[in-house]
Amino acid sequence: MVDVLRIKDLIVEYTTQRGTARAVDRVSLTLGENRTLGLAGESGCGKSTLGRSLMKLVPYPGKIVSGDIILNIDHDITWKKGTIKKGDVSILELNDDQLRMIRGSEIAYIFQDPMTSLNPMLSIGKHFIQIQQAHDPTIEDEQALERAKEVLESLGILAERVDDYPHQFSGGMRQRVMIGLGLVLRPRLLIADEPTTSLDVIVEAQILEEMAELKEKFNLTMILITHNLGVLAQTADDVAIMYTGRLAELAPTEALFENPQHPYTEALLQSVPDVTKPDKKLAWIPGAPPDLVNPPDGCMFNPRCPFAMDICKQEEPPLIQSDTGGLVACHLYGRS
Amino acid sequence: MSLRSYIIGRVLMTIPMVMFLLTLVFIILRVIPGDPALLHFEKNVDPATLEAFKQRLGMDKPIWEQYFDYLGGLAVGDLGISMQDFAPISEHIAGRFPATLELTIYSIIFAVLFGVALGVKSSKTYDRPTDHGIRLFGIVTYAIPVFFLGMILQFIFGIWLQVLPVNGRFDPHYAPPTRITGMYTIDALLTMNTFALIIALRYILLPSITLGTVLCGIFVRLTRTNMLETIRMDFVVAAEARGLSDRVITYGYALRNAFLPIMTMIGLQFAALLAGAVLTETTFNLLGLGTYLIDRINHRDYTGIQGTVVVFGILVSIVTLVMDILYAYLDPRIRL
Ligand SMILES: Nc1ncnc2c1ncn2[C@@H]1O[C@H](COP(=O)(O)OP(=O)(O)OP(=O)(O)O)[C@@H](O)[C@H]1O
Ligand SMILES: [Mg+2]
Repeated sequence: MVDVLRIKDLIVEYTTQRGTARAVDRVSLTLGENRTLGLAGESGCGKSTLGRSLMKLVPYPGKIVSGDIILNIDHDITWKKGTIKKGDVSILELNDDQLRMIRGSEIAYIFQDPMTSLNPMLSIGKHFIQIQQAHDPTIEDEQALERAKEVLESLGILAERVDDYPHQFSGGMRQRVMIGLGLVLRPRLLIADEPTTSLDVIVEAQILEEMAELKEKFNLTMILITHNLGVLAQTADDVAIMYTGRLAELAPTEALFENPQHPYTEALLQSVPDVTKPDKKLAWIPGAPPDLVNPPDGCMFNPRCPFAMDICKQEEPPLIQSDTGGLVACHLYGRS
Repeated sequence: MSLRSYIIGRVLMTIPMVMFLLTLVFIILRVIPGDPALLHFEKNVDPATLEAFKQRLGMDKPIWEQYFDYLGGLAVGDLGISMQDFAPISEHIAGRFPATLELTIYSIIFAVLFGVALGVKSSKTYDRPTDHGIRLFGIVTYAIPVFFLGMILQFIFGIWLQVLPVNGRFDPHYAPPTRITGMYTIDALLTMNTFALIIALRYILLPSITLGTVLCGIFVRLTRTNMLETIRMDFVVAAEARGLSDRVITYGYALRNAFLPIMTMIGLQFAALLAGAVLTETTFNLLGLGTYLIDRINHRDYTGIQGTVVVFGILVSIVTLVMDILYAYLDPRIRL
C-alpha cells in the first residue's frame, strides 16, 4: 500500500501581539491509500490549522515553522509553466505556481461552513468552470459545464441548477456543491473540515453516507475533521485525537473506541451522549484547555487529568506504541 | 421581488423626491430672500421699472400661480427666462452643459480607475511601505482643495514645464470641432477630426486630473477596505484551496465583490463631483455649468440660479437612480 500522505514533525505557530501560540506541535502522521483518518479534539486544538497546512494555506498570521509534508502523486502534472513529476512531493518546498496546481486537483479541501464558502456573485456553474480552467486552461466553458452537470447529478442535484446562484440553495445542497467542487478534478486526498457541523442531523447523516460512497467510487484518501466522535466511529479507519496541537492518541477506530488509552480520549468518549443508554451520566472534562501562548510544563493535559502524577508536571510524555496497536502520549504507559 | 418591479418601485420613489427638491428650490429662492426681483437691482429702483420687470418674468402673479407655472414649464423643459438678458435659461444651460458633462465624465473615470488600482495595490501590499504610502496619498488628496491642486498642476505643467494649456477648453487659434454633442473630445471623435481631438484632450487633461485626483482618495480607501474584507472571507480562501490563480482571485473574487460598494459610491459622489466641477471650472476658466452658476450669482440672476440648481438636482437624482438599478442588476441576491 502506498502512503498518500506523510507528515513529519510539523510545527505551525501563530504569532500575535500576545505572543506565539503553537497550534500544531510536532505532529507526525502517515496516511495509507484509500484510508480515512478521523481527526478529533476540542475546539481550538489545532485541527483546522493542521488540515490547512497540508495545502500550505495557513491563515494569517500563522506560519509553518518546521517539519515536512510529503504527498504522493500518481501521475505527472504538467502545465504551461512547469511540471511536477509523479512520486513523492514535498509540499513545503513547492513554489506558489506548483502549489496552485496541487490545490484543488490533488488535495481538495471542504470547509466547515457551506453558506460562506461559495462566491455569492458567481453561479454554481461558474465555480465549476473556474476550478477546471485553473488547472487546464484549454477546457472550454461548455465542456466544463457538462462535467459540472454530471458531478451535480451524481450528488443528487438537478443538472439545470448549474445556472443558479449560491443563495438559491439550502445549506445541505451547498455542501453537496462544495463536495462536487472538491471531487470534480478527482483529487487523491480529500480533507473535510467539519463538513456537516452546520447542518441538521438528517442532512448530516445523508451527506456522510454520500461521502463514504464517493470515497469508494473515487478511490479517495480522506482526512475527516470533526468533534463529533460518533461520526468517526462509523466512517474512519483510524482516529487521531489532538490536544493543544499535539497528538494525544492515534489508533485504529475500533481499538480507540473500545479501549481508549489516553485519559483525554477516555474523557472525550465519556462526554458523547449515547441514545441507547439514556441513564448514563455524561461526564465532562473539568477545566479548559491551556492557553497556547503560556502552556503548562510537562504534559499539556496534566492540570485536567484525573491520573496526573508528579512526572506529568515535569516531563512531556513521548508518543509511544500502545498495546492496542496505536500510539499514545501518556506517562501511564511505557514504563514498567 | 423581480428586477422589473424593483425598477418600477425605484423610479416611482424618485418622483416625490424630485418634486420635493423642486419645491424646496422654489421656496428657498422666492420666499426666503423676500422679493428676488427687488434683490436683483442692488440699489433703489423706480417702482415702474420694477413692475415692468416683474411682469416680464411673470413674477407679478400670486406665488402659487408662479409655482405651477414653474412646474409646468419644467415638465416641458422650460426653465424660465434669465433676469439678466431675458433669454431662455434652458438655452444658456444647453450651451454650458457639455463642458461640465465632459469634465465630470473624464474626472470620474480617472478617479475610479486610478483610485481602484491604487486601492487594489494597497490591499495586496497590506501593512507594507507601499500600502502606507498609498493610504497617505489617499488622505492627502481627499483633504486638498480642488482649486489648490488645480493651481499647483497649472504651475507645474503650464508655467514651469509648459507642456499643457491651463485655461479654457480649446485653442483660440483654431475652430472647435463641428458641434454634435457639444463635448469637444466626443465631437472630434465623431467627426474623425484627429487634430481637434488632440487639442481638446490637451485642454481637458489637467482639469480632469485635478478633479479626478481629489475624488480618487475616497475610492482608494473604499477599495482597500473592501478588498481586505473580502480577501479574508471564506469563499476567497476556498477559491485559493481550489487552486484558482491570483489574478482570478484578486479581480474575479475580491474586487468583484468590492465593486458594488464602489459603484454605490460613484452615485453618492456625483453631488460632490458637481460641486468640485464648479471649482475646477473656475480654476481652469472652463465655460461650463459651474462657471455659469457663479456668473448668475454675481449678477443676482435668481431665475438663472434656480434653473441651474434644478438641473444639478435632477442630474444627481437620475445618476443615483441609475446606480441603484445597476446595483440591483449586478448583485444576484437582489436581482431575484
Ligand atoms: N488567525 C489566527 N490568528 C491567531 N491565532 C489563531 C488563528 N487561527 C487559529 N488560531 C489559534 O490556533 C489554535 C488552533 O486553531 P484551529 O482553528 O486550528 O482549531 P480547531 O481545532 O480547528 O478548532 P475548531 O474545532 O473550533 O474549528 C487556536 O488556539 C486558535 O486560537
Ligand atoms: Mg476548525
